[in-house]
Amino acid sequence: MNLTLKIWRQKNADDAGEFVTYQANDVSPDMSFLEMLDVVNEGLTSKGDAPIAFDSDCREGICGTCSLVINGTPHGGQKATTACQLHMRHFQDGESITIEPWRARPFPVIRDLIVNRQAFDKVIQSGGYVSASTGGTPDANAIPVSKENADTAMDAAACIGCGACVAACKNASAMLFVSAKVSHLGTLPQGQPEKDQRVLSMVKSMDEAGFGNCTVTGACEAVCPKEISLDFISRLNRDYAAAVVKSAWKGK
Amino acid sequence: MNLNSNIPSGPLASKWERHKFDMKLVNPANKRKFEVLVVGSGLAGASAAATLAELGYKVKCFCYQDSPRRAHSIAAQGGINAAKNYQNDGDSVHRLFYDTIKGGDFRAREANVHRLAEVSRQIIDQCVAQGVPFAREYSGYLSNRSFGGAQVSRTFYARGQTGQQLLLGAYQALSRQIGLGNVQMFSRTEMQDLVLVDGHAKGVVVRNLVSGEISSHSGDAVILATGGYCPVFYLSTNAVGCNVTATYRAYKRGAAFANPCYTQIHPTCIPVSGEHQSKLTLMSESLRNDGRVWVPKKQGDARKSCDIPETERDYFLERKYPSFGNLAPRDIASRAAKEVCDEGRGVGPGGLGVFLDFEDSINRLGENSVQERYGNLFNMYERITGENAYKQPMRIFPAPHYTMGGLWVDYNLMSSIPGLFVLGEANFSDHGANRLGASALMQGLADGYFVIPYTIGHYFASHDQFKPSTSHAAFKAAEEEANTKISQLLSIKGSRSIRSMHWELGRLVWEKCGMARDKEGLANAIQRIPELREEFWQNVSVPGSANELNVALEQASRVSDFMEFGELLCRDAHNRDESCGGHFRTEYQTADGEALRNDKDFSYVAGWEYQGDNKPPILHKEPLKYEEVKMTQRSYK
Amino acid sequence: MNIFKAIFHSSLGKKYIMGLTGLALFGFVIGHMVGNLQIFLGQDKLNAYGAFLKSMPKLLWVARIGLLACVGLHIWAAVKLVRENRAARPDRYAQVKRMGTSFASRTMIWSGLIVFAFIVYHLFDFTIAPDYTGHDDKGRHDIFKMVVLGFSNPFSAIFYLIANCLLCIHLSHGVKSLFQSLGLSTGQFRSLFNGIASATAWIIFIGNTSIPLAVLLGFGKEVLK
Repeated sequence: MNLTLKIWRQKNADDAGEFVTYQANDVSPDMSFLEMLDVVNEGLTSKGDAPIAFDSDCREGICGTCSLVINGTPHGGQKATTACQLHMRHFQDGESITIEPWRARPFPVIRDLIVNRQAFDKVIQSGGYVSASTGGTPDANAIPVSKENADTAMDAAACIGCGACVAACKNASAMLFVSAKVSHLGTLPQGQPEKDQRVLSMVKSMDEAGFGNCTVTGACEAVCPKEISLDFISRLNRDYAAAVVKSAWKGK
Repeated sequence: MNLNSNIPSGPLASKWERHKFDMKLVNPANKRKFEVLVVGSGLAGASAAATLAELGYKVKCFCYQDSPRRAHSIAAQGGINAAKNYQNDGDSVHRLFYDTIKGGDFRAREANVHRLAEVSRQIIDQCVAQGVPFAREYSGYLSNRSFGGAQVSRTFYARGQTGQQLLLGAYQALSRQIGLGNVQMFSRTEMQDLVLVDGHAKGVVVRNLVSGEISSHSGDAVILATGGYCPVFYLSTNAVGCNVTATYRAYKRGAAFANPCYTQIHPTCIPVSGEHQSKLTLMSESLRNDGRVWVPKKQGDARKSCDIPETERDYFLERKYPSFGNLAPRDIASRAAKEVCDEGRGVGPGGLGVFLDFEDSINRLGENSVQERYGNLFNMYERITGENAYKQPMRIFPAPHYTMGGLWVDYNLMSSIPGLFVLGEANFSDHGANRLGASALMQGLADGYFVIPYTIGHYFASHDQFKPSTSHAAFKAAEEEANTKISQLLSIKGSRSIRSMHWELGRLVWEKCGMARDKEGLANAIQRIPELREEFWQNVSVPGSANELNVALEQASRVSDFMEFGELLCRDAHNRDESCGGHFRTEYQTADGEALRNDKDFSYVAGWEYQGDNKPPILHKEPLKYEEVKMTQRSYK
Repeated sequence: MNIFKAIFHSSLGKKYIMGLTGLALFGFVIGHMVGNLQIFLGQDKLNAYGAFLKSMPKLLWVARIGLLACVGLHIWAAVKLVRENRAARPDRYAQVKRMGTSFASRTMIWSGLIVFAFIVYHLFDFTIAPDYTGHDDKGRHDIFKMVVLGFSNPFSAIFYLIANCLLCIHLSHGVKSLFQSLGLSTGQFRSLFNGIASATAWIIFIGNTSIPLAVLLGFGKEVLK
């Protein structure tokens, strides 16, 4: 099939950027979306033109690197699917496709469709861990975890940190990402000693990065390739309120 | 070059314990004076960086991805082995050790493997303490499953995302140290060269992938944890960014490269659909528990699977291996699939695929039960192929998946260059000629959490330490070389795309040095790769400049190393006149087509020493001594 | 950790303010509706209700000041949040396809501002306005007549209908969100609270609009003679 691609090109962070239209011809329906872009790029590089820069690595939907807004939806709108696993058989011959980068102040564009997502790393660095230094830990079965809690923690921990939630949210809020990590660790007994400090630090770091606020539109949940639930945002709200009250009570 | 394994003396089971005591320690107050450069942030790199920082060392960590959380360890599905014996089913350190040695077809070092089995237990304790959400029983205790044909249930797992969860555990530990200021993280930064001063590894030259800037970092030791080299085959289950650059450039600086020909081909991957394909997707091996593998008996049978009657189907695994059937080990199942495709009986586009049929299971168990067990895999298959595997058989084909070979290291994980340590898939040490399922995660974390923290201290304490300034002539020379190489790539301005060159190299290596190899084909590849390399340097097109984010330049730089490394891989395979594990030489097989080892002549680690561009490398041998186990022939009939 | 900073400066804290003040205002809207529906019990009952409220001026003023504070805080937090949200996405997308979001959730600031303008109008119309309908035969403020007179003007009645429509759109998302923001909306409670939000929004819409609709259809006309 033949497609018209309207792609965001931006030479570097300081460049204004613009949309450029490309033709993708003889696209096979078996190609993944990124392979279709590879072929367009092959044409560009063999002519000596700069290829369209986009992020990708594992191409099997787990590393969270790919980050394309396709026709107005992060990852292209197929349920529980990252852009790298989206296949061209879901598009029509002759279709025009708009491809943009994630857009949010904390995710500045580096080049074309590549953005800088270090704000997510900073949020984790501020407290998204259990401070268990290597060695000196008890036997693994000395810490029983109810199956229910283990499953909930795993549901939250499935987050791949791609940032589609931020990209889809009209407020560019990172609540789904932050709540997933807070809930993953906060649900497990191992995460209890640092639970309050963790949520206070991570929310502070999230706010400092300049993400927007949650207005419960549900866009994040709808585009999340790992189907992380809005429930976790509710848990985050609860945990934060408890932590604020507790720390005020203790005079900390 | 002398490949001295430095295996401690004494009985096997107490070597590591004794060695830990014999190694020298660094005074806690002095640790902050030592700076360690860690390249790579996967399981091995992140766990090492975090642990060394916890101990008080200064650490710099580098990764080419945009965040350390994205390293390809994340894609491991199945699980992680540990000799916990929580199931009371007869597992022990010794059994895990034995299974790993046997699985590796008796080409791994006993002492290393035993240590791996010992620390496997601590890994699980550590990961649980970090909050890794392993699967649990209703009791709240950890759940286990049997994996990859093991006779005991020793695999710990977190749904189908064990690699992801373990990596996030290590990433969180690393993030904590970054937040505390003990680790300086450099993401989107790729190593270009290793810098030696007075024969010791003292730094790296890196390229900032955003600005294009080349810079140097000096340290007291360098750790490479940069993963495997599967993309030398172009198509593999690895991430598209995985590369051999760091290890290969260290090899060019004098580190021995060990057993590059030991590569693992995984039997259950989704077949290639066309030339556009950029990677292959692995589907869990567990599918073979309920799926039956077959091809048509007739060559070039183009009928739909449902139109081929039972009598005209060849269930070749069940036919050849009646006792193991569809569950035959990875290397054996892969080779059998290749054979039937070579006979022209393959299915799907290009005849490169075999059916994995669930019809019998669906009839026996019902579609719901099959969906419960494999629903997510069937969904993934449908997402990629657009085919419904409940209605028609899946098509599968083997794909490169893991590389057992890597930089040579001694018992302390130090390469043949003093001060250069190599961890995880990047080294060669623990899997021999074939890796067992659920052992890669174990090895990466063992190296990073529990081995390197001890052995690096011993290195620091037993050598006079000096950290050169990055203005040292060796750094300047290495920067100059890196810049020159980049300018050369940019100045070729030829007419071939990087992808097409990589594709051609990959196809060649896959055909001549893939699932089955022979002397003639390998000789042919060794002759053709330099020609291809020549063409690459004459005719590849790398647009853009050096001082910007230049994806084409990154790819070209990696492919240029594969263009050289592919030859080394074939040379090693050419030299090893035997079949073992993942290395199957068609000339060396038993009467019924099984791998035939030659223990008398090839029971050694092949360590290759670089001699200069376009000169054959020199082979050094580290003999493998088996004191504990008796070498036997693997049989899966 | 300063508790005031945690509430007034953090993103989550401002949402607690939105949620708690929203909850108070939601309570008022329900009480207000229940009180007003007494119009259907006749002139005497409604005027008596008005007189009853007037009989405790202290309590009335406490309630009024409390509500005013809630409105003030609710608007302050909303404006602050919206400004932060706009700042978080300085560059807009060329194309946006909304997935999984409701119209109500995307237009809260607009429905809120229009409802606020309506409330100001409403206060001038019925509460602050000069006493133009006089007293009933028992000497009480004739609220019944005031309402009937007010809604006899079709423009006024239609404005009420539109404003209530927006109010209920606002509430349908606002009530759902307040449970979420206060951290109560997990598991099965999520669907329970979402159900409560939609149901109450409909009830309030029907209750509030029934009065101007009834007047337009001729209810209470006799008092104007």
